[in-house]
Amino acid sequence: MADWIDACAKDDIEEEDLIRFDHGDRTFAIYRSPEDEFFCTDGRCTHEDVHLADGLVMDHTIECPKHNGQFDYRTGEAKRAPVCVNLATYPVKVEGDRVFIEI
Amino acid sequence: MAKRDYSLLGADAQRAVDTGLSAADWYLTDIPRKEMKALMKREDGPAIRDAIILFGSMIALAGIGIALWPSWLSAPFWLAYGVLYGSAMDSRWHECGHGTAFKTPWMNNVVYQIASFCMVRNPVTWRWSHARHHTDTVIVGRDPEIVAMRPPALFRIFLNFFGILDAFNGWKRMLVNATGKLDEEEATYIPDSEKPKVVRIARIWVVIYAVVITLAVAMGSILPLMVIGLPRLYGAWHHVLTGVLQHAGLAENVIDHRLNSRTVYMNPVSRFIYWNMNYHCEHHMFPMVPYHRLPELHERIKHDLPVPNTSMWQAYREVLPILRRQLQYHDEFLQRDLPEGAAPYRVDLHRSALGEDVDQPKGKADLNSPAVPAE
Repeated sequence: MADWIDACAKDDIEEEDLIRFDHGDRTFAIYRSPEDEFFCTDGRCTHEDVHLADGLVMDHTIECPKHNGQFDYRTGEAKRAPVCVNLATYPVKVEGDRVFIEI
Repeated sequence: MAKRDYSLLGADAQRAVDTGLSAADWYLTDIPRKEMKALMKREDGPAIRDAIILFGSMIALAGIGIALWPSWLSAPFWLAYGVLYGSAMDSRWHECGHGTAFKTPWMNNVVYQIASFCMVRNPVTWRWSHARHHTDTVIVGRDPEIVAMRPPALFRIFLNFFGILDAFNGWKRMLVNATGKLDEEEATYIPDSEKPKVVRIARIWVVIYAVVITLAVAMGSILPLMVIGLPRLYGAWHHVLTGVLQHAGLAENVIDHRLNSRTVYMNPVSRFIYWNMNYHCEHHMFPMVPYHRLPELHERIKHDLPVPNTSMWQAYREVLPILRRQLQYHDEFLQRDLPEGAAPYRVDLHRSALGEDVDQPKGKADLNSPAVPAE
């Protein structure tokens, strides 16, 4: 059964940016969109084993820092080669100033 | 003396995968996230300006060349046009392939397609080839874009100053791809889902070349080919001249770009043609940074990088002797000193990737090969 995990404070993430969040042996990326919404995906690129947290958020895309592949972090959809496989996404909720992810 | 197998299907390729040297974690100079975000930020302005200069110059030069044809007075205009077609398009292919030149994706894509055509590099194939080059930079058997192998193929490099091998190989692959087939090595790094795109592009190019050749035959003149096709040969020299310096003579099979990539200060004209790829160590460390921000990135991290070569001339004076030595001694390479205060070369990463003991004290890189001090 999925659990809601307290991942970070809202202010830990700048607008149009992301942070890395490790939980157990898994790693996630948590995003704050320009509209001040929060999203969560797997933390590593599906192309190669690279942390997306070092990448660049532009509007609603995250660009991988190694090969410039892009995903829509709201849906996980692979948008630009060399990524071809979509990212897994996870539900997010905000309570007070805390961001929770369901994994 | 170790014999190297640069084939992507050979023993060294398998060894790199088995030891973890392939797709390893590379050394990165530490930069605060806020600064890195500012450096990675995209904009359209610089690349639009450069595209107007580039394509405007090409149209003007080709127009004058055509107007003066067949007089020898047209030669300087063709030579200048050729450098923009056969060399500047190499860097446009590169930067737009990364998707960093423009902020607007379609602008990157349009220039990428044009530049790929000019350089006779299938835009699908070469996107994957270059991704591999960044994953496994100068890892023997993994990197499909190693220019100066060991022993260095100097005659091959010389021929490529006139595009002879690379262009003809590109045209040959275009014809093969147009029949629906892929080269065996290409197939190792292109996902199945992308392969139909390779074939489609190749067929479009065949049609374009067929039109140009038909026009040349109809006119009884090579003039159409002077505009499309031949400049890939007579204008290639500048991209080879600059490109050789990226990695030649430096270490192989390491996972620290400071050991295998070279930054060279260049004149403004070459930097325009090369789109700042002379900051090559910086580019490999942080490929997200657009070409027009690389000088800033260089200033920010140069304290952690080997001292740049001061000019192409000075760089070749460093590279050519080591390439000559590598003709006899394949294991030799150039190891440049780091500035005072720079982080030591990440020999530990290299050793751990090869399954060796990483508890040895850090120091000057011992890469199991003789290193030659920089002059």
